[in-house]
Amino acid sequence: MKFLPLVLANLRRHRLRTVLTMCSVALALFLFASLRTVVTTLNAGSQVSSASRMITQNSTAFVIPLPMSYAQRLKSVPHVQDVTWANWFGGKYGDGKKFFAQFAIDPETYLRIYPEIQVPEDQKQAFLKERSAALVGAKLLRDFGWKVGDNVTLQGTIFPGDWTFTIRGVYTPTLKEYGEDSFMFHYDYLYEREPTRVTPGWYIMKIDDPNAAPTVAKTIDDMFRNSTAPTKTGTEKAFAAGFASMWGNVKLLMSTIGMAVVFAILLVTANAMMMNQRERRSEVAVMKTVGFSDRRVFGLVIIEAAVIAITGAILGLGAAVALPIITGFGDGGFLPGFHVTPGTLVFGAAVALLLTVASGIFPAWQAAKLPVVQALRRVE
Amino acid sequence: MKIPLIYNIRSVSQRPVSTLLTALGIGLVVAVFIAMLALANGFIAALVKTGSSDNVLLLRRGADSELSSGIPREAISIIGSSPHIATAADGRPLMSPETYIVINIPRLGGNEFEVANVVLRGVSDKAFEVRRNIKVIEGRRFASGQSEICVGSKLKGRFNNVNVGDVLRFSNRNWNVVCRFTAEGSSFESEIWGENEQFQNVFRANAFQDVAFRLKDPAGFEDAKRAFLADQRIQIDAHRESEFYASQSELLGNILRFLAIMITGIMSVGAVFGAVNTMYAAVSSRTPEIAVLLTLGFHPRSVLASFLAESAVIAFLGGILGCLLALPINGVVTSTTNWASFSEIAFAFRVTPTLLFAGLTFAVVMGVIGGFFPARRASKLPVIQALR
Repeated sequence: MKFLPLVLANLRRHRLRTVLTMCSVALALFLFASLRTVVTTLNAGSQVSSASRMITQNSTAFVIPLPMSYAQRLKSVPHVQDVTWANWFGGKYGDGKKFFAQFAIDPETYLRIYPEIQVPEDQKQAFLKERSAALVGAKLLRDFGWKVGDNVTLQGTIFPGDWTFTIRGVYTPTLKEYGEDSFMFHYDYLYEREPTRVTPGWYIMKIDDPNAAPTVAKTIDDMFRNSTAPTKTGTEKAFAAGFASMWGNVKLLMSTIGMAVVFAILLVTANAMMMNQRERRSEVAVMKTVGFSDRRVFGLVIIEAAVIAITGAILGLGAAVALPIITGFGDGGFLPGFHVTPGTLVFGAAVALLLTVASGIFPAWQAAKLPVVQALRRVE
Repeated sequence: MKIPLIYNIRSVSQRPVSTLLTALGIGLVVAVFIAMLALANGFIAALVKTGSSDNVLLLRRGADSELSSGIPREAISIIGSSPHIATAADGRPLMSPETYIVINIPRLGGNEFEVANVVLRGVSDKAFEVRRNIKVIEGRRFASGQSEICVGSKLKGRFNNVNVGDVLRFSNRNWNVVCRFTAEGSSFESEIWGENEQFQNVFRANAFQDVAFRLKDPAGFEDAKRAFLADQRIQIDAHRESEFYASQSELLGNILRFLAIMITGIMSVGAVFGAVNTMYAAVSSRTPEIAVLLTLGFHPRSVLASFLAESAVIAFLGGILGCLLALPINGVVTSTTNWASFSEIAFAFRVTPTLLFAGLTFAVVMGVIGGFFPARRASKLPVIQALR
């Protein structure tokens, strides 16, 4: 510990160089953590999804609806406690530049099955009572500057025409991963206004025992196998994981770039450390002459590398954690629940450690093995 | 007087390891830069090339994608009698009323939930004439009235049962794969094509999603659009096919480009820091040398230019290294879901000469920025003190 002033003095010698090296470490870890968070967020959907909720959709394509009569038949399946359904509306608001999800839902059962959607009791009652009422996420309300009681008109792309809804409720999800920017309204309203007589896009069931999920899925799919609309049933978790897989190779790409970034910065830092040491050859020789052991010289160089790596890591990882919180990036949109996980922080810390070792070990070894007599010859 | 470049090259070769590390650092940044832009390029190219500018795509008014569109059967004959549609050799209109649906097919090696949404396009027999870039590379076209399909070339290797001669099962029916086609790298290569009437029966939807046709007069798009919009019997809107597919790529293309610029932006700052560090160290270890140069009568400006050149040379080496690292990804096929159409699209990384040149320029710019401050310090060294 008593050598800390020496290490600090060494770091201060080329102040600019030290700051730049720290900054590049910080940038690298910021980028690394952010890219990894994209991947963890894409995967997170399957972790927060409930294992006691199951989804049934058309086995051929998710865009083909299922008959209304399935609701009653699903209810009779053992272990199924509750059934609800929803439709994708796909409307546009205003110029259509900002995308948000809209669902036609069976209000009462849907809110019962999704306790994650928190609505104040009076707003909930108002939403349930009125056929053309809408329930919107708090972020969506903020983004468009809407108020409760406003009339909002969407242009249907799948269901043509102008659709006007009255905002009666605002929800906040208990978990950010559910997104705060959905727009929900009554299925009945869609059914009555749309001449093609829309039927449910997918069903959601609540089951009493998560362990029974495979049996329930098999029972349901067997029941409809030879019907006009065969089904595919699975837990919400499984569907969420499948949804994440639709991004295809994007996840792999993110991880690859993350690794490239780390490697590039490793080179830069190792280089800076090596150059620092080359300049100090004679100095190290003097230190050794006055009695510093090889091991101590080695340790000093490693500690110097560690100070740079750790300071950079704290700055970079700190920025990665703080940025989505400050900007509200994770509240909705494409990556709801975007936040740096503890796993990423541990990973980042490990990278910093690796950086210390990789950038410090060679110069440290050189310093420790420095032949004193030869090096001293150059001392002025 | 100028300091010859050989001086820089010799001094660079004096410290091969640190030069190589700096160059490699810059090279990696350039490689990521090129790779990201090649990805965005490939994606945009796949969708932009999907349409032809003298083809028109008719969708239901208000629909912003083929999936959300719908055109009733009655409207087809009205559309077919339009004077704006080119005529085929057999005298019938050169148009293809199409059904469009995305079906989920399990990925190769994935479980039953790891599916991809693949476009199933039901086309008329004129489709291969309307879409000129379609080339059957294996087998023959599907026959009318048969359970036969053609698969795009990019599906191969990503899904089961998509080779000619295989049987693909979907919607409770077996379909014989009879041909494989390419479409000049466009997104049609990620689709499955069959006869529209067959698909309509299977999916029990008595409507088409869109109509694609060739313009009789390639310049007559505006007239045709006006005529279709004015027709009270049908609720359709006309889009230039090329523009429509380009608009489908806008969202994801922008995301990819934004990522490319943000990631390489941050990385390049890191690399510039690296270059600054290297050059500062180079300058400080060569202080006496610089002093000698100045004493010999070289102008400080020449010293500045010389050090800038040295930094640029190192960066240029890095740039070449980056290009070499990025080259192998050219043509690698990757896939992701295009959320604008809810379907999976496969596309190849496209490393173009322009992109390589941009990467090299980027590298040299990084080198010059990174070298400037150290070079200025070198040129301003107080000679007497430095010579000691």
